[in-house]
Amino acid sequence: MWEFTSPKSIVFGEGALEYLREIEGRKALIVTDKVIRDLGFVEKVANHLIDAGLSIEIFDEVEPEPSKETITKCAKHAELFEPDWIVGLGGGSCIDAAKASWALYERSDIQIDEISPLQKLGLRKKAKLIAIPTTSGTGSEATWAIVITDTKERRKMELASKELVADIVILDPQFPLTMPKRLVADTGVDALVNALEAYISQWRNYFSDFLAINAVRAIFKHLPRSYSNSQDKEAKENMHYAATIAGLAFSNSQICVAHAMGHALGALFKISHGRSVAAVLTFAVEYMAKEAMERFGALADAVGIKAETGKEALEKFVQALKRLLKDVDEPTSIRELGINWSDFQSELDNLVERALGSTGTIASPRVPTAEDYRRLFVYAYEGKTVDF
Amino acid sequence: MERFKFPSEEWIKAYKEELNKNEAYAEAAKDWEGDFLFIVTPDEGLEKEMVFYVDLWHGKCREAYMLPSREAKTAEFVYEGPYSNWKKLIMGQLDPIQSLLMRKFKLKGNMAKIMRYTKAASELVKTASKVPTEFI
Repeated sequence: MWEFTSPKSIVFGEGALEYLREIEGRKALIVTDKVIRDLGFVEKVANHLIDAGLSIEIFDEVEPEPSKETITKCAKHAELFEPDWIVGLGGGSCIDAAKASWALYERSDIQIDEISPLQKLGLRKKAKLIAIPTTSGTGSEATWAIVITDTKERRKMELASKELVADIVILDPQFPLTMPKRLVADTGVDALVNALEAYISQWRNYFSDFLAINAVRAIFKHLPRSYSNSQDKEAKENMHYAATIAGLAFSNSQICVAHAMGHALGALFKISHGRSVAAVLTFAVEYMAKEAMERFGALADAVGIKAETGKEALEKFVQALKRLLKDVDEPTSIRELGINWSDFQSELDNLVERALGSTGTIASPRVPTAEDYRRLFVYAYEGKTVDF
Repeated sequence: MERFKFPSEEWIKAYKEELNKNEAYAEAAKDWEGDFLFIVTPDEGLEKEMVFYVDLWHGKCREAYMLPSREAKTAEFVYEGPYSNWKKLIMGQLDPIQSLLMRKFKLKGNMAKIMRYTKAASELVKTASKVPTEFI
């Protein structure tokens, strides 16, 4: 028995934002960041909600890779305002912050790290959640997971509860049109790794497979176009949907070794999630493939690679991943992130410890030991082909 | 090969021995401090609830024995499920974490603590499948 959890409604296509005019309620708290506000997106969303008869407040203090402190502050803001809708507007950080602060607003008796799939939260007594992504990457709008940074412990907290899935997701293709090039690449690679790991996870299933493999195919096709041509509306719209589809896939399957390593790197060296997972991706693939050759063969086939053997398919798939990363100017090793060797070495024990504790470790087709992680990080730093 | 009847005192002793041989558990739980009650609730031929106490400390199992009832001792965590699901778990037919998500087992205790040791938790339960077991 398994269960597929998804948002109640996904509204997409040109003009999707106008759906907000149909929202029934009294008050909406928009959780976002200052960049999104400066771009005028908050105003657009707020105007539709005001037209629907809601009063609005805005919390625009979400930082990249949001911290526990920001979540607590936003939840307190919600307690004072008492909204019946929380609207996460922005990239994955804003949507994760909206989800986490919504949970604390509903449940002021719990600490954020108590959110788990095994804890009944009893959400939706005070408010419901609308998620409006403005980037095409994390898939947070479609998932029941949240990643929050514990700045004191320099650790990514991977929290999850099926109750945290949004009630309404709005995918309006106007938003990704304004994404800066760097963000197109960082978030696009994030979506790719979400889909890829959903397809190979031990917890994969019939439903996640269909979504994951099609998301990988779409991202290979549209990410380079979206990156190289800011006017390519078709590629940007397709990437926007593929990211959400990848989110649906991994939310109902699992993340694996690239995420476990990426989260550790991101937390310890303050690197964006997309770049962290990009830097370790091909090494994690080579490592996991020993127990998932057939799955990687299917992924290779999905992106048009012809091969006689599983080994050949894997090698060509890894080369294709490297080409894609280079095409969008993403790092293909940890060294390329600009981390020097002595800093890397001094954090190696912490990297291993954090990766081992990640939920990405347990559902990987090949579960790394501490020694495996140590070697993987070193290989990923040096850019060496994984041979163990 | 000797087989151990599940649930029994002999089985939990064999489990302790197996857990202390599990290097993956030892490294993933090297900082872990906390004890468990494993509770097997009756179904499919098991008529009486069976309770195991397992004390875990820095990657090793210090103590493991049967208790007369769940009230006999308190522990930081309680992992509980029906006999039929324990059987599937021991036979490797259920993933320990997935079965929690699907409510085939219940886990009570500090979730924030255990979520930082997911691999250790997974190895802890998977070790049960390494014990040569005979079912009732």
